[in-house]
Amino acid sequence: MFLHEADAIGNTGVPVCNHSLEPVEMPRKPIKQFNVEWLQILDEGGQSDNALLPSLGPKEIQSLYEWMVLSRVFDEKALALQREGRLGTYAPVRGQEATQVGSAYALDPADWVFPAFREMGVGIVRGIPMRMLFQYWSGDERGSDVPIHQHYFPTSIPVGTHLPHAVGAAWAARYRKDPVVVAAFFGDGATSKGDFHEAMNMAGVFRLPVVFICQNNQWAISVPVQRQTATPTLAQKAIAYGIEGIQVDGNDIFAVYKSAKEAADRARSGGGPTFIECLTYRMGDHTTADDASRYRTEEMVKPWIAKDPIDRLQKFMEKQNLWTSSYGDQVRTEAERRVAEAVREFEEQPPQDPSDMFRYTYYELTPPLKEQMDELLNFLKDRDSKKD
Amino acid sequence: MARLNIVQAVNQGLQQEMERNPSVVLLGEDIGRDGGVFRVTEGLLERFGEERVIDTPLSESGIVGMSIGMAAYGLIPVAEIQFMGFLYGAMEQLISHASRIRTRSRGRYHCPMVVRTPYGAGIHAPEHHSESTEAMLVHTPGLKVVVPASPLEAKGLLISAIRDPDPVIFLEPAKIYRAIKEEVPEEEYAIPLGKARRVREGGDLTLVCWGAMLHTTLAAAEDAATEGLSAEVIDLRTLSPMDSEAILESVRKTGRVVIIHEAPRTGGLGGEIAAVIAERALDHLKAPIDRVTGFDTVVPLPKTENYYLPNKEQVLQAIHHVMEF
Repeated sequence: MFLHEADAIGNTGVPVCNHSLEPVEMPRKPIKQFNVEWLQILDEGGQSDNALLPSLGPKEIQSLYEWMVLSRVFDEKALALQREGRLGTYAPVRGQEATQVGSAYALDPADWVFPAFREMGVGIVRGIPMRMLFQYWSGDERGSDVPIHQHYFPTSIPVGTHLPHAVGAAWAARYRKDPVVVAAFFGDGATSKGDFHEAMNMAGVFRLPVVFICQNNQWAISVPVQRQTATPTLAQKAIAYGIEGIQVDGNDIFAVYKSAKEAADRARSGGGPTFIECLTYRMGDHTTADDASRYRTEEMVKPWIAKDPIDRLQKFMEKQNLWTSSYGDQVRTEAERRVAEAVREFEEQPPQDPSDMFRYTYYELTPPLKEQMDELLNFLKDRDSKKD
Repeated sequence: MARLNIVQAVNQGLQQEMERNPSVVLLGEDIGRDGGVFRVTEGLLERFGEERVIDTPLSESGIVGMSIGMAAYGLIPVAEIQFMGFLYGAMEQLISHASRIRTRSRGRYHCPMVVRTPYGAGIHAPEHHSESTEAMLVHTPGLKVVVPASPLEAKGLLISAIRDPDPVIFLEPAKIYRAIKEEVPEEEYAIPLGKARRVREGGDLTLVCWGAMLHTTLAAAEDAATEGLSAEVIDLRTLSPMDSEAILESVRKTGRVVIIHEAPRTGGLGGEIAAVIAERALDHLKAPIDRVTGFDTVVPLPKTENYYLPNKEQVLQAIHHVMEF
């Protein structure tokens, strides 16, 4: 019908429309192209690309080494305590010392940290008393009663769900005009979660000062990273949110430090968020309740032994005359002394008062909670009096 | 004093708290330029700017999660979730974080935040826009749950919710957003959380309800009065922590109770209220406790939602039932 009418009009000589009869070309073409950057500064043999080396003095390089050793000694002690029944379930850090120490070291003391649960190395660098870290893993909430000026949020166990908190804190910081950066730590598994998307998206939309530090340790309990995502890198996910992204060698502390420092500086100066994928490896089990031999072989882990982040920095330092075996022994001994001291402090803590569980549910005890607390305390009192 | 509806009263409460305290910020979907889908935040973007009235991406978990981070940092976020049915995407943030940050950090971090959301059926809306699942929230230790039933109440309770140091879920009865107008004082005033109110005094039986159901209940009570039955009506106002004493005091006087809520019956708050009465006032009861509630079904679409919502006649029937004993 329409065509017929058009024809009829056309026949009168009045143009049907302005379209030329010539074919129009609308070729398919790429409209945006993106790159994913990789950064490595230090290789397994301790050789460095000096053009890329971050500006760190000898003392600072030694500090990085000492923090990593302390983190490892803490980790070894925690595993030992767990086996002896002196600590609860524990999630070992081994292998991830460079990602944690390098990134934490790049932050300012006033910056905020939102950890997941395997970030003891970050906590140690941030000055969280190791006594409290032991306390937390022994099942005592007082281990998360971190002094507020340390700006270290309590452990978040549901994977990825703490990422929007970091975004909210960053909004609040900007609103208050505090020149701080918010660093959020998480693993490869978290990138599959909805909250990862919501947080990355909001941080991008609002250009907030957040540094997303993804420790791609390649395992979420038994599931390898290849089953978390079809993308060859996690870093490229940043592109979809319109934010900066980079993949770095997570066992190279200089690459981690440099990328985190650049990201923090950018965020602080209003340049928005960054996503850093630190490619590393979980050398231990997921937690002490896990047995990684059920899903991965020794052969898979072996190549990563040679990539150990502490050994790598040590080799570099040897070449720079910053490491001798007596210095190494001294660092290790000092770390063991400090960890032993923390264990002693942790085990000397008085037991928690059972009424604590009621006292911190709300700002003030609500009438129903007051009744329930009295119910428990009276029960305990009765029971104890019967024992006498 | 102006005569305001609930939308206007909440708007006024938000505005006054924002003027009083620069730490109060609003965030949510369409709350800025659009003034919210119910217009509750109308004019606030213009007044307070984009740093305090934040139009967010469509991101419920992100909105509530961001609020937690803001609150931990020291702000007082008031988040709007467009409808209660869309709060479910943020339930993990509420249950696993907002309600627990204080416990987890042994009081080091607080989470003073409000999540406002319209709830309830009777607004002729598509699926997911008519939910009344307050029991899920009441069952979450660490949250407070508040449901205003009138404009005057809405403003005073909202102001208390914003000033409260704990996370408060503020459920606004969508069905009566604009249906009721009453005199609302221009100045700020706070109605304390955790305290029920006796809306109608009576000696023969006690009717316990909250939110939009208050008006259905009051209508039934008026009808009962024409039959010579004097019903006392308790508006719970705060569902968590619940003011059990107010309920018990009335029940000890009347000995007969009907609980009215539009949420599904099984696992609904009516069961908890009945249990409290049975535990503490059984010897005062002259009749079995009755409940008039929504059914254990999905809230139907508008064509049949009125069969789902408790109505005045059903409440009256229940009144007759408990008076038979």
